[in-house]
Amino acid sequence: MVKRLANFLKHSYLGLVLLFMYAPIAILILFSFTDSRTMSKWQGWSLGAYEKLFADGAVWVAVKNSVSIALISATVATIIGTFAAIGIYSMKKRRRMVIENITQLPMVNPDLVTGISFMLLFTAIGFTSGYLRMLIAHITFNLPYVIFSVMPRLRQSSNRLYEAALDLGCTPMKALTKVVIPDIMPGIISGFILAFTLSIDDFVISWFAAEGVQNISIYVYSIARRGIPSHINALSALMFVVVAALLVIVNLRSIKQEREAEAQANKLRSK
Amino acid sequence: MKRSVFATPYIVWMIMFIVIPMLFILYSAFIKDGQFTLEYVRQAMESPKYMNVLLRSIVIALISTALCLLIGYPVAYILSNMKKSTAAILSMFFILPMWMNFLLRTYAWQVVLADNGVLNMLLTSLGFPKGEFMYTQGAVLLVTVYNFLPFMILPIYTVLSKIDRSHIEAAHDLGANSIKTFFKVVLPLSVPGIISGITMVFIPAITTFAISRLIGGKNVALYGDLIEEKIVSSGSLGLGSVLSIILLVLVIISIFVMHRMEVEQGNEEGGTLW
Amino acid sequence: MESNHLIELVNVTKEYSGEKALDNINLYIRNGEFLTLLGPSGCGKTTMLRIIAGFTMPTNGDVYLDGKRVNEVPPYKRRVNTVFQKYALFTHLNVFDNVAFGLKLKKVGKKEIQRRVESILELVNLKGYERRWIDQLSGGQQQRVAIARALVNDPEVLLLDEPLSALDKKLRKDMQVELKRMQQAVGITFVYVTHDQEEALTMSDTVVVMNEGKIQQIGTPQDIYNEPKNKFVAQFIGESNIIDGVMLQDYLVSFKGSAYQCVDTGFEPNEPVDVVIRPEDVDIVPLGSAPLTGVITDVVFMGVHYAITVNCNEFSLMVHTTDYVPVGEHVSVQILPDAIHVMKKPKTLDESEAIEATQEMKAIEEGMDAEEQ
Repeated sequence: MVKRLANFLKHSYLGLVLLFMYAPIAILILFSFTDSRTMSKWQGWSLGAYEKLFADGAVWVAVKNSVSIALISATVATIIGTFAAIGIYSMKKRRRMVIENITQLPMVNPDLVTGISFMLLFTAIGFTSGYLRMLIAHITFNLPYVIFSVMPRLRQSSNRLYEAALDLGCTPMKALTKVVIPDIMPGIISGFILAFTLSIDDFVISWFAAEGVQNISIYVYSIARRGIPSHINALSALMFVVVAALLVIVNLRSIKQEREAEAQANKLRSK
Repeated sequence: MKRSVFATPYIVWMIMFIVIPMLFILYSAFIKDGQFTLEYVRQAMESPKYMNVLLRSIVIALISTALCLLIGYPVAYILSNMKKSTAAILSMFFILPMWMNFLLRTYAWQVVLADNGVLNMLLTSLGFPKGEFMYTQGAVLLVTVYNFLPFMILPIYTVLSKIDRSHIEAAHDLGANSIKTFFKVVLPLSVPGIISGITMVFIPAITTFAISRLIGGKNVALYGDLIEEKIVSSGSLGLGSVLSIILLVLVIISIFVMHRMEVEQGNEEGGTLW
Repeated sequence: MESNHLIELVNVTKEYSGEKALDNINLYIRNGEFLTLLGPSGCGKTTMLRIIAGFTMPTNGDVYLDGKRVNEVPPYKRRVNTVFQKYALFTHLNVFDNVAFGLKLKKVGKKEIQRRVESILELVNLKGYERRWIDQLSGGQQQRVAIARALVNDPEVLLLDEPLSALDKKLRKDMQVELKRMQQAVGITFVYVTHDQEEALTMSDTVVVMNEGKIQQIGTPQDIYNEPKNKFVAQFIGESNIIDGVMLQDYLVSFKGSAYQCVDTGFEPNEPVDVVIRPEDVDIVPLGSAPLTGVITDVVFMGVHYAITVNCNEFSLMVHTTDYVPVGEHVSVQILPDAIHVMKKPKTLDESEAIEATQEMKAIEEGMDAEEQ
């Protein structure tokens, strides 16, 4: 009885927190299906917000910028970062500590300061391409996250694997591509995903680093400062659906494996 | 061929885009017309306005971090005690908002809290008078907590779900009841998660400017706003750089303090556990 | 003669930040032999193996493979393959692709690969496991894949780094027999690293006992067991009673107040020595039938024999015997002259010992070569 009550309380608590987390999103989605200047009154169902969204060229430029920068910066950061992790891992302790510490700097450094530092650099050297400025900034802040996703995997995978490949006739480069990289692949993939989402999500660094180029965050910021137009609701709703779908796909496999493992364990126990 | 050469492209990149830009901040903070100057530092330290904003930023960041911990810890704890597959699905739902664009999450609250927003619509339709929600400290706190709560839940949940059940069983075996077990075993073991959660909430909370700009307006300006305004709007790079350096120092101090806490806690627990 | 030395280490020293992991090692390994490097952890045996494989370069000295100096030759250009301690199997590949890995790199034809992988899997008793993934195999099966993956490349030398340490005792015993069978089947040189003396004694043609980066003794398993060269070897291999003594003259040693006949010669008169007595070489006899007497203080049943502790006034003697004797009984202990091994006191580990070891090694080498001819 007490246990039941405790369980009930626990579940209600989780429910309440979830409500808090999802209510604003749900409201956005709901109001994306009505077309009104204000939210003060429900004005009936409509797809007007979506029509406006699709008609607004600036939104799509911003979306394209966000996605292409996220893809390119995540790819470049994953390549440079994976090789960097392998290189750093094979270094002597003192040098490794120095580089690891500098690598942590962008993770520790407030976004604001990183962004400003980029702005000062680009302005000083007269580098004006807004898109490339944003891209370079994104690669830079993605790199540490890739390195720190790959590093633990390398630590797990033991140097012996590399040596085994050499022993069987691989040159160092081949040993890397045929053995080490496939073995640390999960770390590389999670580094890529992390980099991609960080890039899509970034506002502050892009705001300072880029000039004259908008990604989704900058677009929303500049619009939201002036009011709450309905087509942003539609954009949020679409983004939420895409993100949720991606996350479910990514997680479903591991959840399924977890389930199977549990079933297996139960079977063993019942035997 | 040494494998360490694989790090070379990264090291070059790091120097060009991490080290040199930071030097630019230092340069514009302390050099004026080719001469070393402390003028900007004086401006930043002497103005009571700047100090007040800094203080307010710290207080708001502290309160929202504490709120995130209070709300988030029980969530992580309950999740970690569930069946693994259920917990995996549920934790996904708690993390999902984290993946949605930060600006859109903030914007959602603008829709709710605005004068002609959803909350006021609800109030008036129930016969209550309209409230003023936007541009208050409460609203800034609420949205900060909302934005960063997943960053508190995730690390604590990760640490809690990795705790070896045998520690808890051992505590029960040695006569500790559930509450005692929690405070004597589970809580101390989860300290690393708590600390990384605090770090992941406190630092972005103290440096944010988008939340305060969109939700707090002119009434609840934070240190981030101040810096952004100096750099972008008024173009005083020197003062802006000094203010950013102050912010950075603050962040480094807080990370250092938390690191120390973790080490101390770790040692102490090492002593009592074994 | 020279061609018989497949591997030679000449004055090999390896330092890690000033610490000597290997100290002036000289060693020849003959073609087709099963040689074991035996010693406690940190004795340098794995470092030696890694130098032969090419993962580590010696700080000083030279390594010869087939008469050619190979110090700078990278591992992938040496016809040497290694079975790693934790196997280092590629978990992203299945059994077949793991074994075929080296052959594919050498651009061996598809059919040939198929044939060689199949026949090597048959040798290691893993026929039919080609499509399995590594994590679907038991520890023993993974072990076999690791051996197959190395052997399929037809190396001149197979290096094995404590390959059985992750297996349970029963499996380890079986694998010892199998490894020996495989070595005889393929007829190549095996260099085997272990800290397990039993493993070393059952499988090897030659055992190299190492400690603190130096070779302590080289010999056949029988030599090493029956004639340990110094106190370290005696202690490390099997159980021993080690007693301080004085060599009175040739064939006569004194310890604990009595003089005993022995078979050793060549010591200074009254030189202090270590006296080693294997527990199974002494016997418990009825009181009065031998000069040394004592009281039984402890009896432990060990399966095949009893381990009995006899307190002989000033010292305790460990005796292994199949006959049961109750605790408290007064008995005599018979120590025959050939049960007593007299060895020089270690002078502290210095160069003289390394030289000694080198000389010994050469002597054995020559002896063996002579035997074969």
